Amino acid sequence: MQNFVLKFLAKALILVPVLILSSLAHAQKAAQSSETKEHKGLPPICQGEANRFNCASAPIEGQKDEPAVDAWGRTVAPPAKGVKSAPAPRHDISGIWQVDGVDEFGFRGILGIFGAPAMPSDGYPEHEPPYTKEGLEAYHRHKPVFGMAAVPAAQANDPVKMCDPNGFPRNDLHSLSTFQILQTPVQVVILYARYKDWRMIWADGRELPKDPDPTWDGYSTGKWVDDTTFVVQTNGTDERTWLDNAGRPHSDALRVEERFHRVDREHMELTVTLDDPKMYMKPWIALDKQPFRLQSADFSMSETRCSPSEMATYDSLVSTPIVK
Amino acid sequence: MKWFVFVVACFAMLAASAPLSAHHGNAAYDATKEVTVNGVVTEWIVANPHSLLKFDTTDDKGNVVHWIVESGAASVNQARGVRLTKGLLKPGDKVTVTMMVAKNGQPVGRIHRLVLPDGRLMVNDLP
Repeated sequence: MQNFVLKFLAKALILVPVLILSSLAHAQKAAQSSETKEHKGLPPICQGEANRFNCASAPIEGQKDEPAVDAWGRTVAPPAKGVKSAPAPRHDISGIWQVDGVDEFGFRGILGIFGAPAMPSDGYPEHEPPYTKEGLEAYHRHKPVFGMAAVPAAQANDPVKMCDPNGFPRNDLHSLSTFQILQTPVQVVILYARYKDWRMIWADGRELPKDPDPTWDGYSTGKWVDDTTFVVQTNGTDERTWLDNAGRPHSDALRVEERFHRVDREHMELTVTLDDPKMYMKPWIALDKQPFRLQSADFSMSETRCSPSEMATYDSLVSTPIVK
Repeated sequence: MKWFVFVVACFAMLAASAPLSAHHGNAAYDATKEVTVNGVVTEWIVANPHSLLKFDTTDDKGNVVHWIVESGAASVNQARGVRLTKGLLKPGDKVTVTMMVAKNGQPVGRIHRLVLPDGRLMVNDLP
């Protein structure tokens, strides 16, 4: 028995450094550089021959981006350079907001393709949420199209495949690109461009329901904690929805905190913290001071509907034939 | 017992390396190579979750292959390069398509780049 253990150990001791070195070599070979606070180079999910098209490609010779336009085809003026933004107005986060900057995968203007933007399912072990046993089992039952557990679309069980609602907080965490915030004295309303979803946040001082009947978007209340920070608490979300595009689960015990902080007139940051003791051992941050830029007041958001007939066409022409 | 713990630790390290070879959003496509073909458009469908292009290629012996390839979503109309409008392509247009194709050999693919009849280059970045 001891002989067998020794033999195995010798093999493992050789193999482990080889595996580590080969993954480091892949990281160094990555042609593009997208750098985050912790990491340099492309994440593991984009490394290697079979994964190279998961990330945005490097600029291509002969390709010229057309000027940015809104849904009406009206040219969008790029942000003025060298002009300092005016200060943030007091108790006001209204406006049309668009994702600012480029994510770790090289995508511009869109977030969360590989899951919660601050914890994408990208192969870095520290980006795996702190699952409980029940949470990990639920995650393994989910078959997403994106992330490290992805399957071909025809084999996926993502609820949005049949145009079930994204629900909350997936609205914040999946393909967030553009949204509009409207305010009344007692409400903050968020209009999400994706799937034309909207959400109501009550700012009239009420408490969250003690024993809520679950709904797709849950129950949200918000209050100003200082002149420029609006903090929203949500409970009562429907556990049929996924947290994100990578199939992370949640239970009916989920509590979400959103912290909208208007940095100045043109810029806002959003931090989303999830607390679900049934599925996760501790709260975790799903969006971390994610920057957004204010669009002009006449910017028209583009239409994204989930059309069951378009989904069916896609399934019959593409998803199903390629897995037969 | 110490040996046992060490062996388990080695297994854990091996397991931690495994996700590097896991599947991904392009799971049914062969991402190890790109294929470039010239074809004639038969239909252009601007839709969600992906716009679809149907086109035909003809080989030296006159055999016609009917391709269906996916591009970006209708809503992602300005991610990079050309906007995906309904009038962008029409039946009879000649195009050059660079794509990855289905692992199972079906004439289905995902567009990476497409040269339009007017010479402009459409780049499809999003997986």
